[in-house]
Amino acid sequence: MSKILVCIKRVIDYNVRIRVKPDGSGIVTDGVKMSINPFDEIALEEAVRLKERGIASEVIVVSLGPTETQQQLRVGLAMGADRAILIQHDTAVEPVTVARAFLKVVEQEAPLLVITGKQAIDDDNAQTGQMLAALWNRPQACFASRLEINGNSALVTREVDDGMETLEVDLPAVVTTDLRLNEPRYVKLPEIMKAKKKQLDVLMLNDMGVPVSQQFTTLKVSPPPVRQKGVLVKDAKELIDQLKLKGVLQ
Amino acid sequence: MMRILVIAEHAHGKLNISTHKTVQCAAQIAGAEIDVAVLSDDASAVASQAAQLAHVKRVFKVEHPHFAHAVASTHAVAIVELAANYSHVFAPSSTFGKDLLPRVAALLGVGQISDVMAVEDSHRFVRPIYAGNALVTIDAAKDQKLVATIRVASFQPVATTGDATIESVTISATLPGYTRFSGHSAEHNERPDLQSAARVVAGGRALGSAENFNLIYQFADQLGAAVGASRAAVDAGYAANDLQVGQTGKIIAPDLYIAVGISGAIQHLTGIKDARTIVAINKDPEAPIFDVADIGLVGDLFTVLPELAKHL
Ligand SMILES: Cc1cc2nc3c(=O)[nH]c(=O)nc-3n(C[C@H](O)[C@H](O)[C@H](O)COP(=O)(O)OP(=O)(O)OC[C@H]3O[C@@H](n4cnc5c(N)ncnc54)[C@H](O)[C@@H]3O)c2cc1C
Repeated sequence: MSKILVCIKRVIDYNVRIRVKPDGSGIVTDGVKMSINPFDEIALEEAVRLKERGIASEVIVVSLGPTETQQQLRVGLAMGADRAILIQHDTAVEPVTVARAFLKVVEQEAPLLVITGKQAIDDDNAQTGQMLAALWNRPQACFASRLEINGNSALVTREVDDGMETLEVDLPAVVTTDLRLNEPRYVKLPEIMKAKKKQLDVLMLNDMGVPVSQQFTTLKVSPPPVRQKGVLVKDAKELIDQLKLKGVLQ
Repeated sequence: MMRILVIAEHAHGKLNISTHKTVQCAAQIAGAEIDVAVLSDDASAVASQAAQLAHVKRVFKVEHPHFAHAVASTHAVAIVELAANYSHVFAPSSTFGKDLLPRVAALLGVGQISDVMAVEDSHRFVRPIYAGNALVTIDAAKDQKLVATIRVASFQPVATTGDATIESVTISATLPGYTRFSGHSAEHNERPDLQSAARVVAGGRALGSAENFNLIYQFADQLGAAVGASRAAVDAGYAANDLQVGQTGKIIAPDLYIAVGISGAIQHLTGIKDARTIVAINKDPEAPIFDVADIGLVGDLFTVLPELAKHL
């Protein structure tokens, strides 16, 4: 029996234009739409497809976050995961803590594969998958755009700065997904209703024996410097003149 | 004293410029002693290039057949051993460093700061979040090793005026064999490299086909520019994946960036924020790309590009 564990994060929806709080203490989240991190949605889609092709027997979706994260786990169940686990914790924790918590679930469930997004679009850290693989002492294949399971190993094509790289990893392993791995299905309301009957277990992070110390302190959050609004030119000739004026072209 | 270990990025016997920039970041920590580690099956050529980087004290040649390719799970074990006497471990925030360094951090039992864009002091850094739509200033605990990836678009390369000593180091840890390199492919060409080019011409969905995307290549060639693309253009198969610019592609800082038929989604803009001059060519005057463009031209790219070619 081969299980796939998919790790997802609840983040501000990628269509939202985020705003920095005027006092610099963080990002405005009140009344803002929350969603599954887009890369994690791709991870989930891949896992569900592997199950549909008979390669996996069960897809478990796990997240660490506040109690509201159940909404995103329900969407995950509607997409086709069989059951969900919420590691509940009300404040943000660092990626290494998340990885340690996920490791507990991994030890419990013994999955053949863990799939997660290559980064979460809120903190853009791109750490959790690699850290989990390290703590688990198993292979990692990050930024995957193609995944092929062959018995006890997998061939993973990765998007790297100078093209595409293929790794062969022994299973179990951790795979992190890039955008071009697949296009996630759209879940319809009836599926969300049906998913309400699926199992969703809640664990409290504080009860799991995971150290929750913080190595990093956020001193302030600020908006990025704004670029000065530029000029509009009317045609190609004027564009080139402007570039010469700025000294960009000779 | 601060002791910083920089992990060199390299390929085919050549040190990647991302390493020069990572050393620049390290050099901004006052009084730091900087060493560079070169992991390879044959590290000599790269080690001598690294020894020329200004500010570097020592270069370690760490050779093993398993280091022929940068496989994170193998490299990480070695770096953990090398990191013992250092207060900081840095690597470029390229796909090389992004893959490798979190694994190193976790094995060291610490966290990581990703994409450092400014140094305030030895344990205080600025980094972007939300695709660069906010910047955070972070303090790291001083009693723990500080592992960080460095956003290369934020730093200039150091000069190659250095004269570091080169030492060979052997790793005693057993290297895991559970991850094996199996192949690499790239569209090789003679064009400037997107990440380090002074000029970049990028095309978006508006090009409409891989064939039309040749217009971007022709214009880029005329300017001696590298070629970039939006995600939409890559997803549609008009351009190779390694040309994608943005949050999930490359973060670049050319002198000149020309966006052709690109709307300017936040995920795209995050990749070009540090460009000196941004030019936008788009037929929609409301396109968000015009909010960041230094020079905007509202028009149809299929008429504008040929005219530009004529007037250059
Ligand atoms: C998690 C996540 C990560 C992402 N990461 C990235 C990333 O790294 N990089 C990235 O680029 N995108 C990224 N995206 C996608 C991004 O949101 C946009 O969808 C994408 O950038 C749009 O590409 P585009 O501008 O080419 O296409 P469109 O948004 O479709 O824009 C096409 C533009 O061309 C103009 N146009 C059409 N015809 C012509 C013509 N004949 N002449 C002139 N102009 C014309 C239109 O007016 C329009 O403005 C990401 C999205 C998500 C969700």
